Amino acid sequence: MSVSVDVRHRLGDFDLAVRFESRGRLTALFGRSGAGKTSLVNIIAGLIRPDQGRVTVDGETLVDTENGIVLPKHRRRVGYVFQEGRLFPHLSVRQNLLYGQWFTPRPQRYESLSRVVDLLGIGPLLERQPGSLSGGEKQRVAIGRALLASPRLLLMDEPLASLDEGRKAEILPYIERLRDDARIPIVYVSHSVTEVSRLATTMVLLSDGKVAATGDTAEVMTRLDLFPLTGRYEAGALLETRIAAHDTVYDLTTLHSPAGDLRVPRIDLPVGTALRVHVRARDVLIALKRPEELSALNVLAGRIAEIGPERGPIVDVRLDLNGIALLARVTRLTVDRLGLAAATPIYAVIKSIALDRRGLSQMPPSGVDANVSL
Amino acid sequence: MRAIPDRPVLGPLTPEEWTAVQLSLRVSLWATLVSLPFGVLIAFILARGRFWGHALLNGIVHLPLILPPVVTGYLLLLLFGRRGPVGTFLEEHFDIVFAFRWTGAALACGIMGFPLLVRAIRLSIEGVDRRLEDAAGTLGAPPVWVFLTITLPLILPGILAGMVLAFAKAMGEFGATITFVSNIPGETQTLPSAIYTFTQIPGGDAGALRLTLISVVLSMGALVVSELLARRIGRRLSYG
Repeated sequence: MSVSVDVRHRLGDFDLAVRFESRGRLTALFGRSGAGKTSLVNIIAGLIRPDQGRVTVDGETLVDTENGIVLPKHRRRVGYVFQEGRLFPHLSVRQNLLYGQWFTPRPQRYESLSRVVDLLGIGPLLERQPGSLSGGEKQRVAIGRALLASPRLLLMDEPLASLDEGRKAEILPYIERLRDDARIPIVYVSHSVTEVSRLATTMVLLSDGKVAATGDTAEVMTRLDLFPLTGRYEAGALLETRIAAHDTVYDLTTLHSPAGDLRVPRIDLPVGTALRVHVRARDVLIALKRPEELSALNVLAGRIAEIGPERGPIVDVRLDLNGIALLARVTRLTVDRLGLAAATPIYAVIKSIALDRRGLSQMPPSGVDANVSL
Repeated sequence: MRAIPDRPVLGPLTPEEWTAVQLSLRVSLWATLVSLPFGVLIAFILARGRFWGHALLNGIVHLPLILPPVVTGYLLLLLFGRRGPVGTFLEEHFDIVFAFRWTGAALACGIMGFPLLVRAIRLSIEGVDRRLEDAAGTLGAPPVWVFLTITLPLILPGILAGMVLAFAKAMGEFGATITFVSNIPGETQTLPSAIYTFTQIPGGDAGALRLTLISVVLSMGALVVSELLARRIGRRLSYG
């Protein structure tokens, strides 16, 4: 699985110059609105012809302007799930789903209607018209329609952006399954830290039409210098953990990680399941001594790795817990009072309640197994 | 037409009247059907094309709407008449003759209805969400298939509306037709020409009135049918 992009394109005053290569199952194109994310996927899909550059997917060249190759969109076999679904209003759900399959030569088909219907749970919708579907249902059908064309790459442009929280939660597990089952790489556009930390294996951070950073999601997320770009409110670290035990009396689950054990509200997954935990910087406290008689259950020992730049009253601090990075957001006053500096030994305190189901995600099969957003 | 004895208005049609009705239906039907593909094509070019001469093409298409019908008919006569450049060419190479034939009436009616046809279709093409066409493209549909499976079904209400307008216009067309192909009973005497003739002869009132009633009924019928069809299609599409 590999996607490689190296393109330049001018859109009015906006200059897009992006170069990245990803071998991840799900590559997130992350950035604020106006960063050029949608233009970039439109270039990959063939809806925009770049001024110059190359796009290859698993070794197949889709665009190579130097050699005069620009495949038309209908010959790229790139599935595209649009933000607004774009189901065909005059066709039933079944006809929408089968639309792309009809144009795919038999030897290239690898998806079947029954598998896609199963994967996305859309069996009961087949005979309905798109207009009678809810937003979440529409997006599931749109995903199924793209898959049934048996594409070699799946593009998803903020597929959850137009949905409310409840509908998002309804679709996220399907996208996780897709990432873990699909035989093709996925490129996922988003400006939501929650979605990216839950779904992405690889992350390309875009800013003003350029790549600001690229790499493993957990790594990019914890870089303090990128905070202005990754977004302050939801900013946090990703911990790779494994379920160690369940406490049935207090309804808690213990997660094991190299940084130490975490206790979180009960998660109904078997012991041993790998989970990725998104710990927001603003949910982490710093103490110089091991706190006692404290309500918070999770206290992890470590050292300060880096004090971030000051932004008004706030400072972001990167912690090193036995080699694992965690972020804490504290006030400037705190840093001065406690005399925090690189290498200061500290204890990180995390409330269990802060680690709710939203921050936990099951991990993809490669690496750790499940990715849980608590 | 000679003077005819008084007959009741609501009596059966005379053979001559019946001929005029049939001829009008045939002329209008052919005019609508033959101009349809050209209408869709021109509407597409006007809706989507960005080229030099766009305004000129638009003007030419709309010309029959603003010119006096007699002028349109006379221009047709000059171009498509037996001695006209196009008329001579078509007769020599394809054995097609328009002058003083019912086909000429159909041509005149088609030209007169053309702006209405193009206008309705163009509006519906402009209303199509082009992002749906992009979506179809990413699913592997080549442009021709995108048009046939996505664009065409979506503009169907507009096409129907345009056809009904063009048909109704053809049923009522008088000036251009009579100028171009004259008023020959059984060949080019359409409903309006027949009505006109009836009003010009003594005792023709009853016939004129009968044909007028038929004309009203046919036009209303066409409108109702198109309204029903458009509503049915519209209901299906509005869910999108």
